[in-house]
Amino acid sequence: MRDIAVRYGFLVLFAALVAYFASTADGFVSPQSAVFIFQSVAITGILALGVTATLVVGGFDLSIGSVATSAMMAAAYVMVVLDQNALVAVLVCLAIGVLIGLINGFLIVYMRVPDLLATLGMMFLLLGLQRIPTEGRSIAAGMTMPDGSVAPGKFSSAFLALGRHRFDFFAPNLVPVSVVVLVVLAIAIWFFLEYTRFGRMMYAVGSNERAAELAGAPVKAYKIWAYVISGIFASIGGILLAARLGRGDIASGNNLLLDAVAAALIGFAVLGASKPNAFGTAVGALFVGVLLQGLTMMNAPYYTQDFVKGAVLVVALVFTFALSTRAKR
Amino acid sequence: MAAEAVFRIADLKKSFGSIQVLGGVSLDLHPGEVTVLMGANGAGKSTLVKVISGVHSRDGGAMTLGAADFAPKTPAEAIRAGVVTVHQNINDGVVAALDVGTNLTLDRLSGKGQPVFLNPRRIKREARAVAERMGLDIDLAASIGDLTLADRQMVAIARAMAHEPKVLILDEPTSSLSSAEANRLFALVDRLKSHGVAILYISHRMSDIRRLADRIVSLRDGQIVGTFDKKPLDYEGAVNAMLGRKVHQSAFDARPGGNTIFTADNLVIADGAKPISLSLGDGEIVAITGLVGVGKTALAETLFGMRQPLGGSMTLNGCSYSPRTPAEAIGAGAFLVAKDRSESGIVGAFNIYENMSLPFLKRISAFGVLRRRAERAIARRQIGELGIVCRSEKDEMSTLSGGNQQKVMVARWMAQPSSLFMLDEPFQGVDIAARRDIAAKLRANAAGRATLIFVTEIDEAVETADRILVMSEHTIVGEHRNERIDMDRLLAEVAGQTARGAA
Repeated sequence: MRDIAVRYGFLVLFAALVAYFASTADGFVSPQSAVFIFQSVAITGILALGVTATLVVGGFDLSIGSVATSAMMAAAYVMVVLDQNALVAVLVCLAIGVLIGLINGFLIVYMRVPDLLATLGMMFLLLGLQRIPTEGRSIAAGMTMPDGSVAPGKFSSAFLALGRHRFDFFAPNLVPVSVVVLVVLAIAIWFFLEYTRFGRMMYAVGSNERAAELAGAPVKAYKIWAYVISGIFASIGGILLAARLGRGDIASGNNLLLDAVAAALIGFAVLGASKPNAFGTAVGALFVGVLLQGLTMMNAPYYTQDFVKGAVLVVALVFTFALSTRAKR
Repeated sequence: MAAEAVFRIADLKKSFGSIQVLGGVSLDLHPGEVTVLMGANGAGKSTLVKVISGVHSRDGGAMTLGAADFAPKTPAEAIRAGVVTVHQNINDGVVAALDVGTNLTLDRLSGKGQPVFLNPRRIKREARAVAERMGLDIDLAASIGDLTLADRQMVAIARAMAHEPKVLILDEPTSSLSSAEANRLFALVDRLKSHGVAILYISHRMSDIRRLADRIVSLRDGQIVGTFDKKPLDYEGAVNAMLGRKVHQSAFDARPGGNTIFTADNLVIADGAKPISLSLGDGEIVAITGLVGVGKTALAETLFGMRQPLGGSMTLNGCSYSPRTPAEAIGAGAFLVAKDRSESGIVGAFNIYENMSLPFLKRISAFGVLRRRAERAIARRQIGELGIVCRSEKDEMSTLSGGNQQKVMVARWMAQPSSLFMLDEPFQGVDIAARRDIAAKLRANAAGRATLIFVTEIDEAVETADRILVMSEHTIVGEHRNERIDMDRLLAEVAGQTARGAA
């Protein structure tokens, strides 16, 4: 009985939430509303999937939020200041994600800095670094450079399409690119973690590092790969953020880290997994999105949002750690 | 025998759940005498120490200190009464963040009636007094973190002695010390002895025991099975009693090895140890036995690529073999069922079949994608082969008994053919039925590989192996074919009596 409660409790709660909003909030049940929810959680969801990979190997990545904003600023800088095309911008962002993942992994695996501290330091470093090239200014087409000249480039339309194009699906111009990216990445990482030997080994590393090593696994490489995955996902999130905003906004992305981590941790409770898992992370992100959308449609004030997210996280953690028999070992 | 006993334990009993760990232990400790307690893993030594030091409460029996009944409810109470324990883990005895002087006086900081504010001068004064009494030659301002393990140990003991105890219990105090460091500890023990402290010294190390013991008590299966106090002490008898020598004939004929599969030539596994040379044949099961800490695990780890030998060479299947990682060893066909399954074997988050397939995921996946059906089929086959008691291959490991968990670990490595199959303490925490099953399976499918088992218990070696090698002080000191074994010689080798002579 308890097993069933732990296993399906969170999904039942999710379903109940949807049913409640459907019956009380007008227009909650519509393709537009669904897409809006997906879109609102797309970027945090992508970041959360990345951090899930580090959670799987028993680590943590606090730098994802600042990796995303660094990628956003880099994309803007490459296009606006350096006058390059969309492809170059995207490649630069992905390279930044890979590089930061490698540095995080190196610090944690070879320099033996505890994961939370290494990525905290990296977060700080990136928050500062992304302001240096423009001397603390946001980046937009036609901006004035520190030396008085005017920036030559602008956001290319191909890049902006990543944030603004909508695919036809059920209704014309319905599904934005970010949602498609989220769904594709979620399926990819879910398949990778659940069905490939690499994913299985990553779980083994996270659960019993010594046993994994004695079974012949290159534990250090797996850990570094996890941070690289996290870095890449975060930079993809940053690309989408830049495309949506159409500028490199120094002040945006403040909530990305906390929202993403919350989604990944809520994911522990889904299906009683009691461990990081891609499906749970996706559900966790959606759960938060549904809750916020529903409350907004019922005219709850915006400043209650963080409180609601925090409450959901605490309840999910109780599901995971207090009620699950697995976690008690 | 010295003066009247200061501490008496009579018929002490302790059970955890349905398992009786101490089945009526009686023991007297005399002032100014070192009593060495010997016992194999699981004999109940640490439980005994924990009952005496107030960590566990006793189920039955009595303890008296001097004339008074002694029944501490907490460790602090035991210390106040005058029974002080220095635990095996040195870092439990010191606070790394504080300096030596503060550590020495730490226990006085939290007592009732102490001033709220620290007086550094008073601390220094008291610390100096403690250090002088113990002959402790360490800078009192030094931070614990900067000290060697031996110095930390000295501080921990000196700190314990600041209570001026009547009884001191040292639980394997030399297990992480070098021999020079150990000598300093022995000098301190001598000093305490001359102060009239009754000392209970728990150790496996024969060199410690020879140096210190006034009396040896052997514990086995929660009972005192031998007390040796006639000079010269009968070390061999004590080891014998601790290991529980039973006269039993092996139930099989010892097989000679076939073609040579593995050789080690002048392998050196520890600083200053004599080199090891050995050769293992096809179909042969060889047991390496010896007391805890003589280097059995170090040898296993060397053969499995977890540590590098200091000298010498190895061959496997006629080719040079020098693995740098477990992955290389596995690739070459050398498998190890590691000691202590919960720490180095079982992946807690995985079920049975996921645990079994762990080392061989590459062989049961196509383009990186796991073939689950094959994975589960292999697990089902192995469950049948080893007779693992479970509902299905999807059961969680935590639902299995210790013996069945161990079978899963053995089955994991038996799922693929190996050239050198090693098992380090495969019968630890395994019930007798599972132990027989595993041993029978090892013998039944021994052909085609060399099998090497590392066991402390001689019984386990005799029950399983064709050939028995004895280790002492990080080298091999004896070899026996498992037929009408000369037990006296074997025990003498285990006790290290030939270690200095012919090797």
